[in-house]
Amino acid sequence: MARIIETNTDGFKSVDVDLVTVDIIENALRNARYEMDAVLFRTAMSPGIREQHDEFPLIADHKGRMVVGQFGSFIGGFLDNYAGDIEEGDVFLTSDPYSCDGAISHANDWLVLMPIFLDGRVVGWSAMFGHMTDVGGKVPGSLPTDAHSIHEEGVVIPPIKIYNKGQLNTELLDLILNQVRMKQWNRSDLNAIVAACRTAGRRVVELCQRFGTDIYISTLEALLDRNYRAMSQLIQNTISTEKLSFTDYIDDDGLGNGPYKIHCTMWREGDHVVLDFEGTDPQSIGPINFFLNVNMFKMFFGIYMIMVFDPQILWNDGFYPLVEVRIPNRSLLKPEYPAALSCRTHGLGRIFDVLGGLLGQRQPEFLCAAGFSSSPHLMYSGTDRNGEWFQLYQIGFGGIPGRPFGDGPDGHSLWPSFTNVPNEFLEAYFPLVIESYETVPDSGGAGFFRGGNGIDIAYRFLEPGTISIHDDRWLTYPWGVNGGEPGMRSTKYLIRSNGSKEILPSKCDNVDVNVNDVLHYVTWGGGGWGDPLIRDPELVALELKRGLITVAGARNYGVVLNQDFSLDEDATAELRSQLLKSRPGLEVFNRGGEIVDLKERCEAETGLIAPIDPVFT
Amino acid sequence: MSYILGVDVGGTFTDLLLINETNGETHRAKVPSTPSDPSIGVLEGISKICDRAGISQADLSHVMHGTTVATNAVLEGKGAKVGLIVTQGYRQILQIARSFVPGGLAGWIVWPKPTPLALLENTVEAKERISAKGEVIEELDEPAMIESLKYLAGQDVKALTISLINSFTNDSHERRIAELAASVMGEIPISLSSKILPEIKEYERTLTTVANSYVRPTAAKYLKNLEDELTKIAPSARLHILRSDGGLMGVETASSAPVNMLMSGPAGGVSGALWLARQSGYKNLLTLDMGGTSTDVALVQDGEPRIGRETTVGDLTIRASSVDVRTVGAGGGSIAHVPELTKALRVGPQSAGAVPGPAAYGKGGLEPTVTDANAVLGYLPVGLLDGEMELDYEASQTAVAGVAQALDLDIYKAASGIVDIVNENMFGALRLVSVQQGYDPREFALVAFGGAGPLHANALGRLMGSWPVIIPPSPGVLCAYGDATTRLRSESSRTYIRRFSSTSDREIEKLLGELHQEASTELLGEGVSADLQEVTYSVDVRYHGQGFEVTIGLSSNEVSGAILEIIGDRFAKEHERLFTFALDTECELVHLRAVVQGEHPKVSAEMIAQADSDASSAVISTREIYVDGAMASASIYDRRKLRANNVINGPAIVTEMDSTTLILPGHAGKLDTFGNLIINPISAN
Repeated sequence: MARIIETNTDGFKSVDVDLVTVDIIENALRNARYEMDAVLFRTAMSPGIREQHDEFPLIADHKGRMVVGQFGSFIGGFLDNYAGDIEEGDVFLTSDPYSCDGAISHANDWLVLMPIFLDGRVVGWSAMFGHMTDVGGKVPGSLPTDAHSIHEEGVVIPPIKIYNKGQLNTELLDLILNQVRMKQWNRSDLNAIVAACRTAGRRVVELCQRFGTDIYISTLEALLDRNYRAMSQLIQNTISTEKLSFTDYIDDDGLGNGPYKIHCTMWREGDHVVLDFEGTDPQSIGPINFFLNVNMFKMFFGIYMIMVFDPQILWNDGFYPLVEVRIPNRSLLKPEYPAALSCRTHGLGRIFDVLGGLLGQRQPEFLCAAGFSSSPHLMYSGTDRNGEWFQLYQIGFGGIPGRPFGDGPDGHSLWPSFTNVPNEFLEAYFPLVIESYETVPDSGGAGFFRGGNGIDIAYRFLEPGTISIHDDRWLTYPWGVNGGEPGMRSTKYLIRSNGSKEILPSKCDNVDVNVNDVLHYVTWGGGGWGDPLIRDPELVALELKRGLITVAGARNYGVVLNQDFSLDEDATAELRSQLLKSRPGLEVFNRGGEIVDLKERCEAETGLIAPIDPVFT
Repeated sequence: MSYILGVDVGGTFTDLLLINETNGETHRAKVPSTPSDPSIGVLEGISKICDRAGISQADLSHVMHGTTVATNAVLEGKGAKVGLIVTQGYRQILQIARSFVPGGLAGWIVWPKPTPLALLENTVEAKERISAKGEVIEELDEPAMIESLKYLAGQDVKALTISLINSFTNDSHERRIAELAASVMGEIPISLSSKILPEIKEYERTLTTVANSYVRPTAAKYLKNLEDELTKIAPSARLHILRSDGGLMGVETASSAPVNMLMSGPAGGVSGALWLARQSGYKNLLTLDMGGTSTDVALVQDGEPRIGRETTVGDLTIRASSVDVRTVGAGGGSIAHVPELTKALRVGPQSAGAVPGPAAYGKGGLEPTVTDANAVLGYLPVGLLDGEMELDYEASQTAVAGVAQALDLDIYKAASGIVDIVNENMFGALRLVSVQQGYDPREFALVAFGGAGPLHANALGRLMGSWPVIIPPSPGVLCAYGDATTRLRSESSRTYIRRFSSTSDREIEKLLGELHQEASTELLGEGVSADLQEVTYSVDVRYHGQGFEVTIGLSSNEVSGAILEIIGDRFAKEHERLFTFALDTECELVHLRAVVQGEHPKVSAEMIAQADSDASSAVISTREIYVDGAMASASIYDRRKLRANNVINGPAIVTEMDSTTLILPGHAGKLDTFGNLIINPISAN
């Protein structure tokens, strides 16, 4: 249990705050949060953070409850576990998921948090974590697909004071940086994260000074209470006491076993909702375990619930007492130390599909198709002809699912604020040429609203090196909903410089590449939403002209086109009525087949051997 | 005798300002805008103002024009059908964009993705490839290109963009395709990405160049008509167009690169505010231009507006230099609402727009807007447009009562809540350009204009600690002032990514010299002789490995010295100011730029009659208003009757043709010689 050293022991007075002040402070906190992002993006160095924005900021109240952010607070857990003193000017750093209840879920994420002091008292906390391109360990990028324990996954930093009363602990930092491959990136990314947290600190202090500390603190209570009340109503109105379940899968663990099951059941008990992961598979021997922080999952749940009703609301921890999350011990979502964790990205992504599938069963306004792509990664590293080490870590994007409000965009990101890296930038800084950067026609599932297409990126390598790939959904399909078809699965293959084709597994390390080998990195499409046979046929014709679907793909919509790609209305009407008669009834979820069948067809369809059912001891 | 004319076309009015170059005497005029062909309004205005001044139109020497014709084409989605030619493998460059989905986690569920400005069916690929270093990896396949161009011709595109990968390092293929296109497609405006934005980042370069093509036919046609008509009535007048960065450019440049005039409107406002405030001795300014649907804010330091590298219009953000104006969706028409679930008071971003407009306008609007809140509070005593437009106060009351009921507040508290929240939104924007850029707002004066700015300015000055608050005379013709008082400007830039260790002072000097030549040539073409040109340089710098750059300015006499050292020192200071830390990492240059400007026109501001502090002769009436949480008695003043040195103590309201100013209790406004209303807290007076 941490001891906070405050020179001012006066408690905060609870005061009445008028509603407008509450709204003004809410707005100011939102601005402060975006300012944290802005400072980070502009000063960080690794492309993963500064171009792709793999980072998450947070501002908390004096008790450590998140008042603005997106991933929920972990400060309470930190305070419980940290054994030392906390003083003004201290800045903490950790990358150990096991020391913060999974607030960060692999050692690549460096979490910085700091108390915000004013007049000798803690008035709040700011924190941010970001994904480091490399934290050492056995493979470049530090996400070894064959790891059996976290000790193979690079340097793991327990909660430490990286700044002690404002003084940087340089020896400690040097010790940490000595373990990693891209020191300069880690150093400046850390610098940038600290600068962002300090910016938030300054803004909180300014707010206290502007309104008075008591008013500021009382306002935060009001904001937390606002979330509580809103969520309380939503839970009462929209969640039944009857149990609903949903299951989705992670295809394999990188070691030839899979798929792994994530199963969640939801119901209401009195005024609160229970989300129970009983039925989820036990932890894996490989690195796909996803240590799911309970508060983080509550936050995901809350955001999905409120999004549609008041998008301007500031998410905070206020509603946490209304949500109970149960995760079985030693399961895929609550692995036991020292289980390997690095490749948790698939589990993190899949959690959103599970959440969507669960919530959507009762409320059509929430039901989106699947496609919450994990964030597939590519690493390419080596030593170039001038003897300089290069190391690329890039996050790919796929198709956004078909949604109740429209088509899923093609090749976009479901992660907040993420963007792609400009290809000219990659070509300028890494020895490669991006030969094509296109979405894959028909990869988005057909539907009244089409799923977004996945992307095919063709990388031509200009220096020998090795690559690593982290992806999923190569076996199971991104499911469609309400009659929509599933999206296409992901695939990765190399065209060697001699013209031979080599299919790569979805998760692999240490694949040697040579000059002029071309990697096709194909991500998956989003599932479709609603009956494709009632999609506007003119729109189908237009999308064919645009190259977003093919002639064969148009038939999934029952649409027939003339030579010049204009709509053949008669043939379309006939085909549609024919298809209507012959097809089975529409299901709410279309997964493209049972797991057994998918496995049976696996090698023929994907060129890869089917994983074997995981055995748990 | 020769005369300078500033003309600004706004949504409702076209404002004109005529200045006698010899003695500085000015005339103003206002005519209704003619949105279907704005040049009609301009020409009517010219005729009106010349009549009023008793001069012949032939005496006009310069016509300086701010126009939103290109901006409106974007906002209304009425630009040209654009054909786009990209490198093979990149046909979906605008479709994929940067893969970014706004709105935070789960934002994708509700985000409506905008359609690309160049449609996919009008996008073709060129078989060719240039490397990042500028080498030709694959020669252009000309026969295939010609076939694709024929296809585009068949698609009836009205403008063409050519944007190839790495063309910023080697433009030869883009130029060759332009030649082929000219022969296949005939008269079609062609925009090359290597010309419009010779910078790295393929999506931004392509989008910017497509935006240029999108507005080009509209802008070119408008400018040509105007110039033709102008030549008939004033053969010796030169027409210049206001650029987004606050400078002027010739018609030819404007017609081929209209993407540089998308922020012409806001730039005019900032330039005008700067010019007027400067007369009163203020050079560090925050500007606040609040209109019906949005508010633009900007920062001026030491007489120079901050220039940003991006221009945002509606959903579209492109890379083009413009006055660093930040826009928030907060205006007089912003609608207040209370979401059922959270019972929070939200103002905007939805706006009642011009139709139906605020409830007070009596055009069928029922929802409570900021204007309605101001009406309820008693801040709009005589209606709008000098009383020509009556307000329906009862409708405002009814609309605001809905919000009051939902919040369980009385109507005045609800109305002032709406005003407080909209002020807070603008406060956020003002902080973006000041505090968040490392500037202390207490060192800046706040200049407010636009129809609604002067109503909210005093409150914002108080929030920011920015004094004085300056309300210029006739806030409505401010843009025309800006048009008439700014100068010609031309900019040349190129991407030059080099670590400091792999370049040299003399190399940079040579490159900047070349850019200077380029920019200078354009101004020579506009009749500005070399000895009247002023050149400044800027370079974008970052620590090697960073993705964003900081722009560092250089004066013309610094480039012959130890440039890299100067840049390095300045960059470290700037980085520390912006981000609180500097690194000992090597610096890297990214872009080089030369800006050449002509002379400022010699114009002096008009003065108003002098008097003493007693303003009582300008009082129209007295009424009760709700301000700072209580009812108070406020005097209403007619601005036209105010004289220099008059002092008005708050609470008070000053009305004029196109604007209303609120002076809060505890504050006083004083008229200066130039008619600026200067508001300060009373203790500071």
